[in-house]
Amino acid sequence: MNQKLKSYTAQTYIAYALIAPAAIYIILIVAWPLLETIRLSFTNSSLAGEDYIGLENYQKMFSSKKFNGIVTRTFVWMFFSVSLKLIIGLIGAVLLNANLKGRSIFRVLVMPPWVVPIAIGMLGWLWLYNGYFGIIAGVGMRTGILDGPFGFLAYKQSAFISTIIADVWVGTPMVTVFFLAAMQGVPRDLYEAAYCDGASRWDRFFKITLPQITPVIITMSLLSAIWTFNSFEIIWILTEGGPRGSTTTLIIDTYKQALGNYKFGRGAARAVVVMILLMLFAGFYLALLARINKKISHE
Amino acid sequence: MNKYNPFEKVFIYFGIFVFMTFILLPFVEMFYASLRPLDHLFRSPYQFYSDDLSFWAYREMWNTVPMLGRYIFNSFFLASCVAILTLIFVIPAAYAYARFKFPAKNMSLYILLAINMFSGAVILIPLYKLLRTLGLLNSYQSMIIPGVAFLIPTAIWLLKSYFEKIPIDLEEAAFVDGASRVQILRHIIAPLSTPGLVVVGIYAFIGAYAQQFLFAITFNQKKEYMPIPTGLYEFIGYQSVKWNEMMAAALVGMLPVLLLFIFLQKYIVEGLTAGAVKN
Repeated sequence: MNQKLKSYTAQTYIAYALIAPAAIYIILIVAWPLLETIRLSFTNSSLAGEDYIGLENYQKMFSSKKFNGIVTRTFVWMFFSVSLKLIIGLIGAVLLNANLKGRSIFRVLVMPPWVVPIAIGMLGWLWLYNGYFGIIAGVGMRTGILDGPFGFLAYKQSAFISTIIADVWVGTPMVTVFFLAAMQGVPRDLYEAAYCDGASRWDRFFKITLPQITPVIITMSLLSAIWTFNSFEIIWILTEGGPRGSTTTLIIDTYKQALGNYKFGRGAARAVVVMILLMLFAGFYLALLARINKKISHE
Repeated sequence: MNKYNPFEKVFIYFGIFVFMTFILLPFVEMFYASLRPLDHLFRSPYQFYSDDLSFWAYREMWNTVPMLGRYIFNSFFLASCVAILTLIFVIPAAYAYARFKFPAKNMSLYILLAINMFSGAVILIPLYKLLRTLGLLNSYQSMIIPGVAFLIPTAIWLLKSYFEKIPIDLEEAAFVDGASRVQILRHIIAPLSTPGLVVVGIYAFIGAYAQQFLFAITFNQKKEYMPIPTGLYEFIGYQSVKWNEMMAAALVGMLPVLLLFIFLQKYIVEGLTAGAVKN
């Protein structure tokens, strides 16, 4: 007994010692900054210095119409982007799951938007969206849909939609790959049994595939929502949040306040709102994961 | 059961074609633009056809942005440093998670997952102030230090699953035969985990290469240290944007990660999806 206890604690010490470097690094570079952000949100910190000002940043922020608009916009932007990623990703996964020639090549060809640095991929989109010389405006003009050059990123509504499409382009490959992996994990005998019972392809998809991959669909919706919420580079590069704020999401606003104007305090208050929302998402996600794990271990 | 009639085949291939067009159009159009002369690009409405395609832009871009080579080097250098540092921090931690039982093990693993969900943007303010106090703004370190932090969590999860695949019996057998911990590490764990280390290292490299933009625009203003994702925007600074050269440079800038990924996509995707799909 004593021996066992001793080896148990020795093991614990070794484990902690092995983890310590990574843990300390994360505490210094992630955990401390998170706490410091909370503290800064109660100050008027700037490059000049800082004073404690209580809740002023928050009061100003929540009473500003602009900020409330930004929050609403963020969720609308997110809703469309995430839904499109999931729908297109699911359709893509079904197509690439079909047992046809060339599918292994297509499965590799979906991935580039996911792997390539976003900032570089967005250069391509800047060119595509170019109002005079870009291919999208070109097709529009030649088919008569547009009666002249049209800068997709220059008008409020079209910029909003254009940034969503670029975000969907970046996020869809990953969703597709995960859905595909899940579809391949569905036991084959389920399909064979259904086939013998005369179920159509359609039935097999809705009665077998879809229910079987539901856990992955739910997990991916949450993960995708979190990443979309965090999406910074795409909007920053395409529009910097404009024109006239029409693509300014919470993350963009936080960045602009903090590092565009060096109003650290105001920026920090926005960062705290972002943090709280992210914590809610993360809590949902982890609770869900724990539930799915439990269910699997019960089966 | 997996036979398709010709009509279904055409339908599915058409669907794949539409889907792939959405995914690949930007790349195809970037490549096409990089081959066309500038005066063909500056025609409105868009001209679909150019008869004098050439790789001229790939030569000229180095003159237009003289530091281009330096930016590419910086990107490689930064991503390599981040990848190596990440491995150094992650190897012992992942080994501990794979082999030992200890209090708060599961909780800390979940915390790591949660960290993945925070974007860098939330912690930029304190990091900016910290780097400023340490005098590290406008240096390589200002981009390396935060870069490592955001790769550690996923790298631990990935590497843990590789370590778990090494049968523990092998280690125990060696231990019974009187091998020391160091010997076990050198002769059993190191060789068996090399493939896993390579995959995680490359994952970290690709991740580091991809995340350079945010840290670079925030913490670095010096051209000498600029990585390619920000350096490319110098092409926009000219009176008329030299789109063909910018597209050429963009393709050259994304090529290394694309090649690495294509060679190793099977392993990386397997590792990443395993967690979410099977749990």
